[in-house]
Amino acid sequence: MSAAVETKDQAHHEDGDHHGHSPFQAHHFETMQQQFDAGKLGIWLFLFTEILMFSGLFCAYLIYRYNHPEVFLYAHKQLDTTMGAINTVVLIVSSLSMAWAVRAAQLSQKKLLVFMLSVTLALAGVFLVIKYFEYTHKFDIGLFTGRSNVMYQLQHPDESDHNRELYDSAIAAEHEEEAEHKEEEAHAVAEAEQEDEHPDEHSDSHASSHGDSHGHGHGGPEQFLDAPRNTQIFFGIYYMMTGLHGFHIVFGMVAIGWLLYRSIRGDFSSEYFGPVDYVGLYWHLVDLIWIYLFPLLYLIRS
Amino acid sequence: MSTITPETQTATGHNDDPSSNYLTCTSGFMSWAFTLDHKRIGVMYLVGIFAAFFLGGVLALMLRMHLLVPGGLFPDWMVSLDGYNQLFTLHGAVMTFLFIIPSIPGSLGNFVLPLMVGAKDVAFPRMNLASFHLWVFGAIFFLIALVTTGLDTGWTFYTPYSIETQTNVIAATIGAFILGFSSIFTGLNFIVTVNTMRPPGMTWFKMPLFMWAIYATAIIQILATPVLGITLLLLMGERLLGIGIFDPSMGGDPVLFQHFFWFYSHPAVYIMILPAMGIMSELMSVYSRKPIFGYTFIAYSSIAIALLGFLVWGHHMFVSGQSPMAAVIFSGLTFSVSIPSAIKVFNWTATMYKGSINLATPMCYALSFIFLFSIGGLTGLFLGALATDIHLHDTYFVVAHFHYVMMGGTVIAFVGGLYHWWPKMFGVMYNEFFGRLFCAVVFFGFNLTFLPQFVMGSRGMPRRYATYVEEYQIFHVLSTIGALTLGIGMVGAMAVLVVSLFKGRKAPANPWGAATLEWTCTSPPPYYNFEHAPHVDSPYDYSDLKYDAQIGGYVKDPNAPKKSGSDHH
Repeated sequence: MSAAVETKDQAHHEDGDHHGHSPFQAHHFETMQQQFDAGKLGIWLFLFTEILMFSGLFCAYLIYRYNHPEVFLYAHKQLDTTMGAINTVVLIVSSLSMAWAVRAAQLSQKKLLVFMLSVTLALAGVFLVIKYFEYTHKFDIGLFTGRSNVMYQLQHPDESDHNRELYDSAIAAEHEEEAEHKEEEAHAVAEAEQEDEHPDEHSDSHASSHGDSHGHGHGGPEQFLDAPRNTQIFFGIYYMMTGLHGFHIVFGMVAIGWLLYRSIRGDFSSEYFGPVDYVGLYWHLVDLIWIYLFPLLYLIRS
Repeated sequence: MSTITPETQTATGHNDDPSSNYLTCTSGFMSWAFTLDHKRIGVMYLVGIFAAFFLGGVLALMLRMHLLVPGGLFPDWMVSLDGYNQLFTLHGAVMTFLFIIPSIPGSLGNFVLPLMVGAKDVAFPRMNLASFHLWVFGAIFFLIALVTTGLDTGWTFYTPYSIETQTNVIAATIGAFILGFSSIFTGLNFIVTVNTMRPPGMTWFKMPLFMWAIYATAIIQILATPVLGITLLLLMGERLLGIGIFDPSMGGDPVLFQHFFWFYSHPAVYIMILPAMGIMSELMSVYSRKPIFGYTFIAYSSIAIALLGFLVWGHHMFVSGQSPMAAVIFSGLTFSVSIPSAIKVFNWTATMYKGSINLATPMCYALSFIFLFSIGGLTGLFLGALATDIHLHDTYFVVAHFHYVMMGGTVIAFVGGLYHWWPKMFGVMYNEFFGRLFCAVVFFGFNLTFLPQFVMGSRGMPRRYATYVEEYQIFHVLSTIGALTLGIGMVGAMAVLVVSLFKGRKAPANPWGAATLEWTCTSPPPYYNFEHAPHVDSPYDYSDLKYDAQIGGYVKDPNAPKKSGSDHH
């Protein structure tokens, strides 16, 4: 074990007499330090490619947000900010545990390393479970991509029989709703006339409840009748961005699982902790991308 | 990524036998298909990309034959009008994604680069192997597209047609996506290898210029390819999920696809040409027996091309309705990218000046390159100028231009480089006479194919048309005859190399008298390349090499004046 990684002043290129190697030093590297540097540069370059890959999606987001701001303002209300916020916290904590795992590997603290990797893996799982519930809810109310999106179908009743049926039933439901409202209103007016207490306060609260009833309350497709044109594009972007990000989470879980297996086997120590470091950097990037996705998709205000 | 594997451990066991080399140290299919040795991976790449080149070439010859008569030569049941669309699409897609992008980095780069840095392997051998395996998978997907419904979008996959067509766009985009990863892995490996594995004494400006070129290429591969990846993913999303980003009927913008696509694909043409320029720098110096002229200029111009290449993608969309201001800016930037290319050409010609030129086969290809690349580059200026481009856009002038650069530039330099490093790769010498002869056939056939296309393009013959009016026939006939000649020349050039494997005399370690490190190990190199990191001299100083007629190659001259250690660049 001639070359400890920690000793930074170690000469980079010793004359290669090949004895006393760490079992983890590949034959084509002269020193452990050289191997570690190569891996570190490699993972950084890989992260560049990841950023550039996502940058295409961010670019598409930017262009459509600029061209169709009304679509983003309308559609983001369908995303659940609470769940998004919880997921943000989950990922940030997982980044902390990952960083802690790297530290534990550097200090040869095997038990702590295994624990921290397990925590990171578990939090990644929590993220995906929450994402699953978010997706399922959207699928339930018909917020798919493109022509399957309920908003698109309502706006194009002539495209298929299904769309026509959907449109007619939505219109009917809305009429029914309006009729109900009128009844309620009449009822309320009658009540107000009867009681004649604080009329201003009452009408205020009624107005706000009326405003909400379009967005919530009734879960049917009629709630989307007021969607601006091409709102389905928001969901195309949403699913591509969060889907690609979700895929990266899954890939990260595989990588962390592999680290967990190797750390239980006892591979990592202060002499050899490169893989933990590299996966850690990758995990922080996945976290970082979510930190941009969350406000861009969930927290839109005019 | 970096642990010892059983393969490397067993393979190193064979290394003690002095007659053993990387070709003979182990045998069997598995020892090749799952090797971690960069030299074997390079050879496998070589076989793979030449198979792709052959396929693309056959498609090209079918296209040219069809265009022999104005109404199309083949009857409708053989090549329908849409069949013609499929032919040129697959010709373009196969040549671009399967052949020319991986060509030089994958084969010669993999083989030569670690030897040039005096290393035992690239930094990540397993990733290198994965890169080749991904290439194979990508090729399989292209073949699936070919044998199922074909592909008729053009190799550019422009939306909205690529969303609507019934042909197998999905298979082709998956293939291109996978090939993108293959390309990224290669580039990443080379950057890390050059950065971390150079031997003591090899500073940045003592690197061979081939390494500079491969390094600049790798920068583009890293920075541009991911954008193609996401573009193709979005196109898949478009077809499978109808996400609508590129679909005008869904409120999307098809020109955005063109921006995304060319943001990758314009830098990608520099992925294709830069390694060829690197080969040129090596050949020019070695076969002129003179240090390369303007070393630092050539080195920096590679980096300049890599960076400027990212700023010119808009010149593919002068008629796509981008803003006039953007068009003017892109036009100006396009002109600027010609400067570093010209710097290289001037330096190569200056290297030959007063050199003692050895017209070996690789040098014949190198001279062809200068001629053809200059025509290709200068006609690019016509297309970069806004007013002339509106006339020339989507005509045969464009076709001729990029074939002069890609085929006349990259492929010619690639074949030249292959002839240069062939003795090192396989330890045999080829027949010089036939090597030169077929180089001449290729040169003649190439010009006969593509010079007439400049003329008919400037007279308005549009590209990608299956039929044409009679006044263009003479040019098409000339072009087709040229294409057949070119095909014969290429097959002949390959045959010369293949024959040498069986009949060639044994190659010495340094047949050309080159001073880069790969010529200091035996031909073919041992599995291990170098037992110890070799001593590094200037890569272009030939003063201490002398010809030894007995072995037919160059050796270190023990009487050479001791070098002062200063470098003369």
